[in-house]
Amino acid sequence: MTARFVRLAETDRPALTLHVDGAPVTALAGDTLMVALLTSGATLRQSEFGDGPRAGFCLMAACQDCWVWTEEGTKLRACSTLAESGQRIVTTEPDTTWPNQQ
Amino acid sequence: MAEPAIVIIGAGPAGVRAAQALADAGIRPIVIDEGRRSGGQIYRRQPDGFTRSHATLYGTEAERARALHTCFDGLEGRVDYRPETLVWHISDGQVWTLGPDGHQSIPYDALILCTGATDRLMPVRGWHRAGTYSLGGSQIALKAQACAIGSQVVFLGSGPLLYLVAAQYVKAGAHVAAVLDTAPFAARIPALPKLLAQPAALWNGVLLTRTIKRAGVPILHGVTPLDITGGEEGSGAPDGAGVDTGPAARDGRSSSRAGTVDTGAVSGVTVRTADGGERHFACDAIAMGHHLRPETQLADLARCAFAFDPAVRQWLPVRDPDGRASVPGVYLAGDGARILGARSAEASGRLAALAALTDLGFPVASVDLASLRRDVATYVRFASGLAQAFPWPVEQAAALPDDAIVCRCESITAGELRATVTDTGAQEANRAKAFSRVGMGRCQGRYCGLAAAEVIAAAAAIPVERVGRLRSAAPVKPISAGSAGKAGA
Repeated sequence: MTARFVRLAETDRPALTLHVDGAPVTALAGDTLMVALLTSGATLRQSEFGDGPRAGFCLMAACQDCWVWTEEGTKLRACSTLAESGQRIVTTEPDTTWPNQQ
Repeated sequence: MAEPAIVIIGAGPAGVRAAQALADAGIRPIVIDEGRRSGGQIYRRQPDGFTRSHATLYGTEAERARALHTCFDGLEGRVDYRPETLVWHISDGQVWTLGPDGHQSIPYDALILCTGATDRLMPVRGWHRAGTYSLGGSQIALKAQACAIGSQVVFLGSGPLLYLVAAQYVKAGAHVAAVLDTAPFAARIPALPKLLAQPAALWNGVLLTRTIKRAGVPILHGVTPLDITGGEEGSGAPDGAGVDTGPAARDGRSSSRAGTVDTGAVSGVTVRTADGGERHFACDAIAMGHHLRPETQLADLARCAFAFDPAVRQWLPVRDPDGRASVPGVYLAGDGARILGARSAEASGRLAALAALTDLGFPVASVDLASLRRDVATYVRFASGLAQAFPWPVEQAAALPDDAIVCRCESITAGELRATVTDTGAQEANRAKAFSRVGMGRCQGRYCGLAAAEVIAAAAAIPVERVGRLRSAAPVKPISAGSAGKAGA
């Protein structure tokens, strides 16, 4: 998929690899998850209300539009979480378990 | 006497200067900040390993940014600094935090709220599409991550930030397709005397416009945004030139330009120009916003009184000239109290700290207070000029098509909100929220609340102040149910 974000500078940082929906994605040390995902693809998730794909909005941890998940189901705010080598991220919410059902 | 416990929330310009004033008085304040590093959003620092200079990152404000960063770094050991920590509630004289070490509740004798601002948004049909970002967000992509939000970016909205970020994108080598300002150029003339309160800032604005124009980027004034279109990425004119389109090019909520497939992502924006024509600008990203709005949820939870400010059409926490809120022991500073900009935030942060010290019985030089009050008064005058020159486009809310989404979180349209007003009679913000869910989603009304109030006011034919303001609820940002269960543990 075409990338959405365009890198304009700071491209000499060490590369790292994480997995997004099972596929390897190359990012740079210091990237947020949002930048890692949007320099390798165009969207972060689908709106749960059927109005199409979303790719974040405020980038300052206020709007919560950029949620993604670990394969274990932990919700992460992509704009305020750093990309790390070995992360396994999914862009659809894994099966939800509520605390009272554990 | 025992050292008073003073908590500062926020480590932007206001919080840093408040912390400095307290440390200088021999007090070790607790500084709680959501960010990974101090500086706030405006002087946000890039992560370790990035090498761009202060001049590249902050332009004309480089020295101020450097001074602020140096100041806070120099306070190490003299402040109890807690980064990456969310204050999610204030009650019973305590702040409730969630940070790297889990939950804590911290009692305070004085609380200085330096909570900063977020973008103020007026919805446009299609603004829910992937590729639409807030202006502030587009600036953070560049400043903190050295990225542009797209390969062809349109800046849409109004206010100084519109020109600042567009110019920063141009300088960084991004492709800017157009700057589309909803404010008519003529609105600047009557505002000039007030804008002259800050001649350097006014001149900066002129230089920013020159940077944008020299790059060949069209700047349009007095536009009315009609539609953010979706289609195949990269479709449309690669040079970003505007083309005339008829109303047929806009065929409703899932509108797409002829010959493209609607992928849901941004393909361009159509506006009505000041002369009544229509123009379409192809782009794959839109940065939009109309000034900023203070983050007042914590002031609300601390039970501060609010008052409607007709100049900015927002409900703001009441404070005295030094930052004292209506609740004893609570102080408000920076853009979190009222949007006056970073320079004013440094002054009001220090002023609020001095007010707290005065109230706690510490000696404070009155000459210092007087000079800071004068500074802040100058910024108040300048800000009122900005509000006049780049007005909040109220008429856009009334004219928003029924199929346009107002609440991006839960995909609720203007038509659904208007139907709530007419069918249930709900004219008050919280009542309309209960029936329509506008303001109930994951952003908790930050990005739809002010526009929704205008939509309700227009539908009910009442002044917007009678719609009131959305009440804040804890937690002010989502925290996991599991973690909340451990609160106070």
